Amino acid sequence: MPNLTLAKAINEGLRRALEDDPKVLIMGEDVGKLGGVFRVTDGLQKDFGEDRIIDTPLAESAIVGTAIGLALRGYRPVCEIQFDGFVYPAFDQIVSQLAKMHARSRGSVRVPVTIRIPYGGGIGAVEHHSESPEAYFAHTAGLRVVTCSNPADAYVMIQQAIASDDPVIFFEPKRRYWEKADVDTTGETEQYPLYRSRTVRTGDDATLVTYGPMVRTCLDSATAAETEGRSLEVIDLRSLSPLDLEPVYESVRRTGHCIVVSEAPTNVSLAAEIAARVTERVFYSLEAPVLRVGGYDIPYPPSRLEDHYLPDLDRVLDAVDRSLAF
Amino acid sequence: MSIFTGSAADVPAAASPEAATADPTGAGTELVQLLTPEGERVEHPTFSVDLTDQEYRDLYRDLVLVRRIDVEATALQRQGELGLWASLLGQEAAQVGSGRAMRPQDFAFPTYREHGVAWCRDVDPLTLLGLFRGVSNGGWDPQEHRFHLYTIVIGSQTLHATGYAMGIQRDGALGEDGEATIAYFGDGASSQGDVSEAFGWAAVHNSPIVFFCQNNQWAISEPSERQTRIPLYQRARGFGFPGIRVDGNDVLATLAVTRAALDEARTGQGPTLVEAYTYRMGAHTTSDDPTRYRLASDLEAWKLKDPLERMRSFLYKQQMVDSAYFEALEAESDALAARLREGCLSMPDPQPLELFDRVYAEDHPLIDEQREETAAYLESFEPLADAGQER
Repeated sequence: MPNLTLAKAINEGLRRALEDDPKVLIMGEDVGKLGGVFRVTDGLQKDFGEDRIIDTPLAESAIVGTAIGLALRGYRPVCEIQFDGFVYPAFDQIVSQLAKMHARSRGSVRVPVTIRIPYGGGIGAVEHHSESPEAYFAHTAGLRVVTCSNPADAYVMIQQAIASDDPVIFFEPKRRYWEKADVDTTGETEQYPLYRSRTVRTGDDATLVTYGPMVRTCLDSATAAETEGRSLEVIDLRSLSPLDLEPVYESVRRTGHCIVVSEAPTNVSLAAEIAARVTERVFYSLEAPVLRVGGYDIPYPPSRLEDHYLPDLDRVLDAVDRSLAF
Repeated sequence: MSIFTGSAADVPAAASPEAATADPTGAGTELVQLLTPEGERVEHPTFSVDLTDQEYRDLYRDLVLVRRIDVEATALQRQGELGLWASLLGQEAAQVGSGRAMRPQDFAFPTYREHGVAWCRDVDPLTLLGLFRGVSNGGWDPQEHRFHLYTIVIGSQTLHATGYAMGIQRDGALGEDGEATIAYFGDGASSQGDVSEAFGWAAVHNSPIVFFCQNNQWAISEPSERQTRIPLYQRARGFGFPGIRVDGNDVLATLAVTRAALDEARTGQGPTLVEAYTYRMGAHTTSDDPTRYRLASDLEAWKLKDPLERMRSFLYKQQMVDSAYFEALEAESDALAARLREGCLSMPDPQPLELFDRVYAEDHPLIDEQREETAAYLESFEPLADAGQER
């Protein structure tokens, strides 16, 4: 079983999708000869040609807008938006055009477009390169939003996203691009469903609900908490729209404590939605209010300040302390 | 070598900044015309049509019926049966000429005013009324008609058309009998970034697309001189493909130029910008009041260039029609209007739970949950069996 970085796992997943379906195309800025600024598409143009791995002009609205047209023609485009903060020029094409086209056509049109977006901070980047815009898209009917947290999931999830007949926004935790793990690339094991969350660590005292780059942070927090005799359960949501919260409800019924962790600004966030739903569904099991640990409600800070902005092990454990002491 | 290269298409009429300032929209520049406002057939060195008498009559029939659809829809809106209507009054020739220039395999991407193109693509006008009545957001199958859904966000569809054209290239569907796309937009959309992105993109990919701009002079209340400092067709030059202006009130010229542009596209010659110079005779939509921003005298001048009148006059002069023809057409037009009126009034409202239909192509638990909750909520009410009698 090869040991791959998360970036390479996506690369292998894309390669597999390109091999499996001749209608799959990859399009974006610098995705061809350069292999993408994070090298996620490295080597694909050489093997699949310029007609399928399309180096596009620098125009995000056009990347998504033309992908819609290609999808209407029967293609299955995978767009790369180079960084999270560059997706906004394509906002109309994503939320007004792509998301609504199936419904507007009463189901006669399908637009199976996947939009890959490296997201989140922690890499010391300049502004517009570290944002967590997932709530905008999770708020939009017609889109599906998923995010991977590890190489094994990344390899499978990117293929599932491409195979979906709905548009999928695929968020990639860029600070985790270089983390390695064993990845089963045989395709022989049964795939875990794309829109299902997964309990990645079991525990009894509190439930950490998280996704993307914060999964690693929460797992590290749980390991640290264990040394203090606290047992934390960690749930990786994987899918942000639709949300699969049944495992969360089940977990909170047992632990009575729920802390939602993400990098995104906390106000009106996915964490807020999850807190509301947990409160609605398992109110009588809660021993404390659902807490949220996230980014602050400020523009993403200059990188010398990002360690103060991003949730880390200490902030997660502080929230655990507050919940258990309630 | 493109037939557009080196023709009037490629020669900037307002070469000096002074000229551009004096006449920013280039109202006086040369435009392709085959039928004068008086109904005289004129020749153009590059573009021509060779139609049978029946084909001439059919074009006139299209113009008349499309205008009748528009008049009836406007009346239905005024009577409260439609929420809104975007009138195409004055733009019938631009739409019928370009719509009839398409071959069956070509694919059109319209704005929300292309009722005449929809007619040419066999979309039932009653379906269009359904959209403006509020029973659907479209309702026709774009693949069946090779006519995409109306796009209301200005200019977005030019990128969809460009992507579709890239698909044609990848399918190897170019050639004498190949496919082409046509993207409709207006002078207002020319200010949108998406339109510029589509121009640049289609140019570098040499994609099989015709950008068909109906310059009707007005983007709601903004006149075209507040959208552009040069004639719009000349913008194509900066992107590296030919542009041409055609008399958009001349159905023959529009047909000839669009057909040539589509043939250039389908045979791999790349994009063309066709600017159909016309005039929005009505309001932007039924919610608009153009008396607040434009002069009645402008409208009067354009009435003399009416697209239907010149074709009617031409048919008369050429003795292709007699009074029986006009009577039959009038009867057909009346029957169409009656069908639309009756169909609109009897159009059923969608059922409440249709709210949740086809939001996604695949199963979606949140939608299913909300559908079930809503169904249970609706069923929780007492039945209103005698409500009608009590009134």
